[in-house]
Amino acid sequence: MAAPNRGRGAQGSQSRPGRPLLVILIALVALTGGMFISGHTKPRLGIDLAGGTSITLEAKEQPGKQGAINPQNMDTAVGIIERRVNGLGVSEAEVQTQGDRHIIVNIPKGTDQKTAREQVGTTAKLYFRPVLTSAAGSPTAQQPASPTPSPSDTAKTDKAKSDKSDKGDASASPSASSTTQGRALTQGLKQQDESPAASGSPKADESPKADASPAATGSPAPAEQAPAAPGVDAKTQAALDKLDCSTAEKRAAAAETAAKATEKATIVACSEDGAEKYALGAAAVLGTDVDKAQASYDTQQGRGWIVNMDFTGSGGKKFASVTGEISQKAPPQNRFAIELDGQVVSAPSVSESIAGGSAFIEGSFTQASAESLANVLSYGALPLSFEEASVDTVSAALGSEQLQAGLIAGAIGLALVVIYLVFYYRGLSLIAIASLLVSAALTYTIMALLGPTIGFALNLPAVCGAIVAIGITADSFIVYFERIRDEIRHGRSLRPAVERAWPRARRTILVSDFVSFLAAAVLFAVTVGKVQGFAFTLGLTTVLDVVVVFLFTKPVVTLLARTKFFSGGHPWSGLDPRRLGVQPPIRRGRRTAAPLDLTKEA
Amino acid sequence: MSRLGDIGAKLYRGEVGYDFVAKRFIWYGISILITVVALAGFLVRGLNMGIEFQGGAVFTTPQNTQVSVAHAQEAAEKASGHQAIVQQLGGDKLRIQVAGIETSESDKVRSALAEDFGIADAGKIDAQLVGPSWGEQIASKAWQGLWIFMVLVVIYLAIAFEWRMAVAALIALIHDLTITVGVYALVGFEVTPGTVIGLLTILGYSLYDTVVVFDGLKESSKDFTKQTRFTYRELANRSLNGTLVRSINTSVVALLPVAGLLFIGGGVLGGGMLNDIALSLFVGLAAGAYSSIFIATPLVVDLKERDPEIRAHTKRVAARRASDARSAREEKAAEESADADDEPVDAEPAGAAHGGPGVVGGQRRQPSSRGRGRGRPSGKRR
Repeated sequence: MAAPNRGRGAQGSQSRPGRPLLVILIALVALTGGMFISGHTKPRLGIDLAGGTSITLEAKEQPGKQGAINPQNMDTAVGIIERRVNGLGVSEAEVQTQGDRHIIVNIPKGTDQKTAREQVGTTAKLYFRPVLTSAAGSPTAQQPASPTPSPSDTAKTDKAKSDKSDKGDASASPSASSTTQGRALTQGLKQQDESPAASGSPKADESPKADASPAATGSPAPAEQAPAAPGVDAKTQAALDKLDCSTAEKRAAAAETAAKATEKATIVACSEDGAEKYALGAAAVLGTDVDKAQASYDTQQGRGWIVNMDFTGSGGKKFASVTGEISQKAPPQNRFAIELDGQVVSAPSVSESIAGGSAFIEGSFTQASAESLANVLSYGALPLSFEEASVDTVSAALGSEQLQAGLIAGAIGLALVVIYLVFYYRGLSLIAIASLLVSAALTYTIMALLGPTIGFALNLPAVCGAIVAIGITADSFIVYFERIRDEIRHGRSLRPAVERAWPRARRTILVSDFVSFLAAAVLFAVTVGKVQGFAFTLGLTTVLDVVVVFLFTKPVVTLLARTKFFSGGHPWSGLDPRRLGVQPPIRRGRRTAAPLDLTKEA
Repeated sequence: MSRLGDIGAKLYRGEVGYDFVAKRFIWYGISILITVVALAGFLVRGLNMGIEFQGGAVFTTPQNTQVSVAHAQEAAEKASGHQAIVQQLGGDKLRIQVAGIETSESDKVRSALAEDFGIADAGKIDAQLVGPSWGEQIASKAWQGLWIFMVLVVIYLAIAFEWRMAVAALIALIHDLTITVGVYALVGFEVTPGTVIGLLTILGYSLYDTVVVFDGLKESSKDFTKQTRFTYRELANRSLNGTLVRSINTSVVALLPVAGLLFIGGGVLGGGMLNDIALSLFVGLAAGAYSSIFIATPLVVDLKERDPEIRAHTKRVAARRASDARSAREEKAAEESADADDEPVDAEPAGAAHGGPGVVGGQRRQPSSRGRGRGRPSGKRR
């Protein structure tokens, strides 16, 4: 029909439509497989669709502290808020920074959202309190044989392990806390810049003093529900006896009570993991006395992970005096509890007065636990306060209703687009619909997989973005189809038309998708809140649009161009040359056009 | 469809067409009028800013709340001490807006409302509490995003096309945004973060259409100075007509899902985020489809015609036409007798014309060659 040699230049791209199809098939299968293997077959739903409370906090600098809003401080704050919210016994509460000065706290339904809000909204209270006495966390574990973790459990790993396994057998307590109980106990508080000789000597090192050899465990540890330790009044002892740290809820309740106490009061508190409970004296050093804290790995002394603390001037003095005082006492009163919001995060022992305004805590830290403790300590020094910028409470009923409405809207939108495409493109619309389906499948699986990987949650604006994206995706097909039709109107037969149309359609699609993507990327980068979810879906679907057009639509069109239905220009194929208004190259047709043209040109 | 396809074909070949460029001043006038009205509406009436921008609380009662609007308003105002706006939603739900209350007060108001309405669990009332600075944050971030995007997209379009097209696209974009904002001001729709989202999406979408049109223009005006058959203006108009079907189709297909959203969001849910996004998108997309055809391309032509090179080219085309007309008159008599011989000459190049260089600076005098070169005067095509 048309000069066949014209299409030769483009033949190369036509040759193997199978390959890209194979690629996208593999991608689809892999994504779907991954989705089922990971067990996340549904995208994670945001608070507005699943129900729950979403709190947006805005960071404010404390007066006179410019530049306090920086990524590091924000991350510290996120860490603290996270442990508070999750400390409520809420699972899957989610805390993340957004933009440069906002923190979003998402608390799923089924939580006491009022308490959660109070927790999130209040300022963290960090105190250093001397330990008056300590006991095993659960009151049920009262068998005399129960080896109360002696405060100076050794840091030597092999012994600690055997010790733990012993305990696991002996203790009736089901809380299996032995796995972590070592953490708070094996820590000794040290003076920074200690001379190597001193640190090496058993005297300076706290742990060997009351080495928790199996023999020692049998001996009555001072923390049993035995006669009150010196300095502990009967009331406190009774409260301590009553304190139950066995479950997260009970710990949360205990922490709430403890957090309400003033800094001068004597309190009883649980350790964070519930393994131990303490009676604590008046706060000796406040969280605000800490200038900064950070975790580091000590290679020189072989101490492993340690947490360094620097105190402010007055904080250093207070710390020196109080450490001097308690280091003279017998275990457990030589210990120091770091109490955050009514829970004991760490209770290292002290061997001597620590002067000089800096100290470090050593013990069997892992990198994560050291960093987490450093975070806690830093929070006291964080020059930030937070305000609630917005709070959304969505009941589960409204959430599911919105989700349903979104899905219906999507279905209607999709149906309208399909009807339009069928009406206008007939046979070609099959390709468009198949491409839309592939695109939808990719979007769905990727969204499902992004839930566990980057914490993507599908919220209402994101659903909206996905629906709007139907249009963008279909637009790409239209650009390509119209190009093919243009080529057919030139009098080409289908196969060369398909190949010649592609490079130009490709350019248009790439340029316009790039603009779309640019808009989404800018929105994602600068905006906050729900706008971000929307921008993310829009960007994702734009990228997928390009992928689908290149790897699916084009090869399928190439393949179908070989079938008789399409290449023969069947009236229902959408590519019938006559219906497209191609005029046979005979004189009469041209003639009628000519005068019209002349008038136009003149 | 066949008729649509026919029109498409005729548009493509330039047999039918609307002279967008020649009549551009009409459309400029209309756009300026709309823009002025929109701006006036914005300045005089202002925008109806939603609760998110003032700070306050929105409570939504569960389905089948048997409380009248008047009663709910009274109760809310009593509980909060601030003015309340109550709307009836679908399914006998009530939407109660209380402006100006602190986030900390809202829990009290919520429990008071629950008690008043006889709802056992206050948790069933959905609450959205917004601090006074939240909306400002969203708005300022949106502005920031808008500026960054505009700068980036102008740079990108200047590279991908040319600066004149980038400028025209930007003007069209601002035009769309102004119209959308104007519609909001005049109709009094509430502006919420959803509206802002929709407005920002127009950015990408309005340009999508414009880019499709510009791409056609760029292609058909490639190397156009090498021929003297058509002026730039004519080429632009022709390519606009040629891409008309495509633009209309992409716009319709983009609008359909948004229409679905609007229908569900507005009709079934009776408001909320879906509706807000869809409404601003719908207005913006419609304006975008209009502006990419009636405003953007004519603007490019206006800008282009300021270029001396283009002016010189236009003169050359005019000169050539004059000489053509002269020779056509001379040859007229001869040609009529040679009519029969012309046929084979015409049939042969019909298939191959677009690839051949025949049109470029073509000196052929056969009138038939005009028909061949139509729509693809640029010569080489790939």
